[in-house]
Amino acid sequence: MKQTGLAVFIIVFSLLGIVMMNSAYVVDQTEQAVITQFGEPMSGPVVEPGLHWKTPFIQIVHTFDKRILNWDGYPSEVTTLDKKLIWVDVAGRWRIEDPLRFLQAIQNERNAQSRLDAIMDGETRNVISRYNLVEVVRSTNTILEKKDKDQLDIDVVFDKIEVGRNTITREILNAARPTAKELGIELIDIRIKRINYIRDVLVTVYERMIAERKRAAEQLRSEGQGVRAEIEGQRQRDLKKITSEAYMKVQAVKGKADAEATRIYGEAYSKDPDFYAFVTTLEKYPQALQNSRAVLTTDNEFLKYLKRSE
Amino acid sequence: MDIRYPNEGMPKLSPMRFGPWLLPLILLFLAFAATSSLFYQVDQDEEGVVQRFGKYVRTTTPGLHMKLPFGIEIVTNVPVKHVFNEEFGYRTLQPGVRTIYAGREASPAQGTMRMSREFQGGMDPYLEESLMLTGDLNIAVVEWIVQYLIKDPVQYAFNVRDSQETIRNMSEAVMRLVVGDHTINEVLTKGRVEIQHEAKKMLQDLLDDYNAGIEVRNVILQDVTPPNEVKASFNEVNQALQEKEKMINQARQEYNRVIPRAKGEAEQQILEAEGYAQERTNKAKGDAERFLLAWEEYRKAPLVTKKRLYLEMTAKLYPEIGEKIIIDESQKSLLPLWNLNPKKEGDQS
Repeated sequence: MKQTGLAVFIIVFSLLGIVMMNSAYVVDQTEQAVITQFGEPMSGPVVEPGLHWKTPFIQIVHTFDKRILNWDGYPSEVTTLDKKLIWVDVAGRWRIEDPLRFLQAIQNERNAQSRLDAIMDGETRNVISRYNLVEVVRSTNTILEKKDKDQLDIDVVFDKIEVGRNTITREILNAARPTAKELGIELIDIRIKRINYIRDVLVTVYERMIAERKRAAEQLRSEGQGVRAEIEGQRQRDLKKITSEAYMKVQAVKGKADAEATRIYGEAYSKDPDFYAFVTTLEKYPQALQNSRAVLTTDNEFLKYLKRSE
Repeated sequence: MDIRYPNEGMPKLSPMRFGPWLLPLILLFLAFAATSSLFYQVDQDEEGVVQRFGKYVRTTTPGLHMKLPFGIEIVTNVPVKHVFNEEFGYRTLQPGVRTIYAGREASPAQGTMRMSREFQGGMDPYLEESLMLTGDLNIAVVEWIVQYLIKDPVQYAFNVRDSQETIRNMSEAVMRLVVGDHTINEVLTKGRVEIQHEAKKMLQDLLDDYNAGIEVRNVILQDVTPPNEVKASFNEVNQALQEKEKMINQARQEYNRVIPRAKGEAEQQILEAEGYAQERTNKAKGDAERFLLAWEEYRKAPLVTKKRLYLEMTAKLYPEIGEKIIIDESQKSLLPLWNLNPKKEGDQS
């Protein structure tokens, strides 16, 4: 009789346990829950984390993530207003704002991802096709201030943007939000993750870049040649100036000296021109008549004593 | 005959037999289970986030702690000191080695990275991460790395799901936004520091908007290059720049080689001229002085001085003259018989 008592006790205890287990549920800090009864929603979203109670078996708990979730769509091929063909990859952050509505409209997150894909693809195309490519790429006009500061930025014209990247993404966000809201989704943030030219267009862009670079290279070289010619010209000019000025000075100095010497000589010799003539001529004879052949008579001062003694 | 039953002789394993042992065993088991789920350890570089029935209750510091057992309280250890690296445009397989993957693993469930159709066509997936448009609508290949750490474990654990993917997506978006406001030349060269700074700030602001509990420590640009297809022409520009500078330097060098030397030579010539001048005037002065002194002496005894001078001259002169023929004064002419061979003994009279 004890055994049956124990068995009954165990069975009752287990049944109670099962009932208990099914009437308590845990909502994690990261979750929110919706309770349905026979398919009908019962109480609003339970967002308080912790241990909660419900009617066992009859009521079912559906939990959803309360956190900020990622959405990253497939890239869309879009044509901009200025006919540029690009890939745009948009990514965003969303949250299940109204789990009840979410449950009714989408049921689960995987469906949500594909619904978001569809919505975002449409809106992205809509918005971007109304703008030029440069508006999608740039967000400010600060680039305009930088032109000419870099000698390699030659000839590049920077357009002024009216709208900018951030405004465009905000437009996409605002366009998609209402639709998402109906599904119980709050679209928090949309960003353009990637933009790139289509493969075929890339080739043309590369060609343009190459041509621009070639032009820049040409310009640099010709600038170099220009400056070089300038310096060379300067060199020749300065050289001529220096040498000619030097010549001028040299001639002046020499001339002055020559004049001075002439004056000194003149001053001295003119005191007695005859004596000067006599002395100078005498000095010159030995050198002048060196190694010559002379016929001398005894009628000169030196040789007269050869004949006689006075 | 004895019939042996299989279990005969062995003790029967019935619960009833274990009667006295059962309860203590169960209790021991329970105690053991309780103890192991009662204690938990938090490592030095972690903090423990404790949830009771799913609800966040407290954060614990490193060390050994107690919690309510049997799943009533759960602890998640969050590495708050670890610096995470996210690489873009490349992956380091092992330190020092870089290769290109053929594909990329999808992260589980909702966090799937979608590859574009281009990649599915076989393009390098990391090139997709790194190709971007600059503000002047050129294309650059930008590789970078984002370093971050968890600054608030509670926010990190409960506010954003898939933090890593969120950070990656936003990093790409932010980097492209910043690069989209700069020219290609800035991106390649001198705008790098500015770009890193702007990207870091923007990324941090975004993460703070989401209360992600993340602190961005660094955004560092790695290789930033023009696409392979245009690299050659970019190099050409650099070369042209160098050529230009070389041309200018050479011209300047030539100038510096020629002009100072010319100046030096000019100086020298002038000095030489001055030397000449000095010499000339000194000589003149000397000559004049000598003449005047001689003249002074001459004036004192003119005839005698003249004769003396004359004779001194002839003494010097006559040895200089090579061949001398002395004839009488009355001789009127010479026989015109010149020795054609001057070396032989002459026989003229």
